[in-house]
Amino acid sequence: MPELPGLAKGLGVTFRTMLETWRHGAVTVEYPKQKEAPTPRARGVIALKEENCTACMLCARECPDWCIYIEGHKEKRPPRREGGKPRTVNILDRFDIDYALCMYCGICVEVCPFDALFWSPEYEYSEAKIADLLHDKDKLGEWMATVPEPPPLEAGAVKKK
Amino acid sequence: MLALELSFWQLTAIKTVIVLSLIPAGAVILGYVFLLKMMAHMQSRMGPMEPGGFHGWFQLVGDGIKFIQKEDIIPAEADRRVFALAPVVVLISTFLLYIVVPAGPDLVVQNLDVGIFYALAVSSLGVIGVLMAGWASANKFSLLGSLRAAGQLIAYELPLVLAVVGVVIQAETMSLQGIVGAQADGEILGIGWIGNPFILTQFVGFVIFIAAAQAELTQTPFDMPVAESELVAGYMTEYSGFRFLFFFMAEFGTAAALSAIAATLYLGGWYQPFVTGDLANIVGPLVLGAKVMLVAFLIFWMRFTFPRFREDQLQTFAWKYLIPLSLINILVTGVLKVVL
Repeated sequence: MPELPGLAKGLGVTFRTMLETWRHGAVTVEYPKQKEAPTPRARGVIALKEENCTACMLCARECPDWCIYIEGHKEKRPPRREGGKPRTVNILDRFDIDYALCMYCGICVEVCPFDALFWSPEYEYSEAKIADLLHDKDKLGEWMATVPEPPPLEAGAVKKK
Repeated sequence: MLALELSFWQLTAIKTVIVLSLIPAGAVILGYVFLLKMMAHMQSRMGPMEPGGFHGWFQLVGDGIKFIQKEDIIPAEADRRVFALAPVVVLISTFLLYIVVPAGPDLVVQNLDVGIFYALAVSSLGVIGVLMAGWASANKFSLLGSLRAAGQLIAYELPLVLAVVGVVIQAETMSLQGIVGAQADGEILGIGWIGNPFILTQFVGFVIFIAAAQAELTQTPFDMPVAESELVAGYMTEYSGFRFLFFFMAEFGTAAALSAIAATLYLGGWYQPFVTGDLANIVGPLVLGAKVMLVAFLIFWMRFTFPRFREDQLQTFAWKYLIPLSLINILVTGVLKVVL
């Protein structure tokens, strides 16, 4: 019976795991009471830094399932120099993400040219009704507070001016 | 022992109530301690923690209440009467097992002279219930599961019986009380005060008994009859609510009963050295309970460790290894019994 040492080894593994769980606790956490610390780059929710957004629509157009809704209007601003043409700026009126549709691919975060979208590890935003998962820019802005600091640069890397 | 005199029927009623309450109690204790907690810990989980406040002790009771509330669903094509009867037959087989297991010098429902013979006979009664359930469900998974169960239970009934024969030869009796007495009176190398638990002389028999009991209980690694990936839940596929609860209670009740029989046959049963008379009737159930938990731990430890056998490996294991091994065990025991 060449299988016998393997069988005994298997029994040993389960027994040791049992004692370890008994003494040091399980690898799982009791969720509503304890919370798991999400990993640094966890894709929990997408946060919006409103002042960076220029309503350029790139994220909305790249979104594979069209879950980003952006509305904006143009406004004239005084010229930078005396006698110049008045500037045109985009003002963001609405920035909604429908998390019932979002598949957390992160393309919007990648594609944003002005660093207005960020991944946040926050994950507790379930709703009783599916329509309530459509979050507006105020709610997305609140999640900015939960966005972790970017990881430190690698040795030898230089930050762009 | 009992000071008050009770009539036969009063005594029978009391015994019936005790045994009937022992089955769910045993099933709940084994299910909670091993299925919920030990398995969870072996997989580095906590198991249920909320129900009842303390480590989820209420979980299985709550499950039972839920099962009783459920709608009684019987498939349209099912043979209704047989379908309804099958879980009861399985549970009766478990119920009958408890009758002969002694928990103290006087604490036994009925001390039969052929106790172990009777126990092994009624334990195979459950196969009929399983076959009834599979056939009456009108479901291919159920039918295949019950046929597998029948093939498996018949194959493993043999090593179970043959392993016990060694003990019977050594104890010279089939009565479970007698076997406990034989172990209590026995001596190891001339030292008699702790008795001679048969696990020392019948170790091979004990291993065979545990392996065969595992198969009788259709637990992993012998759980082909209820193999979830192949057969949904085998003969239990169409059962829900309290009928499923009956199967569940029977499975864990039988686990407790077979552990108790193994403890009685090989570990000395309720016997505790230096404790005699009325005190043994109080200490006996506790000692037996501790030994039952020990044997059940072994059974469930294997259940949570090993993966499932293939159907042909299962039959090979029984017919090519366990049965010849138990026959050799009988032969050696018999020769030694005559020689020594």
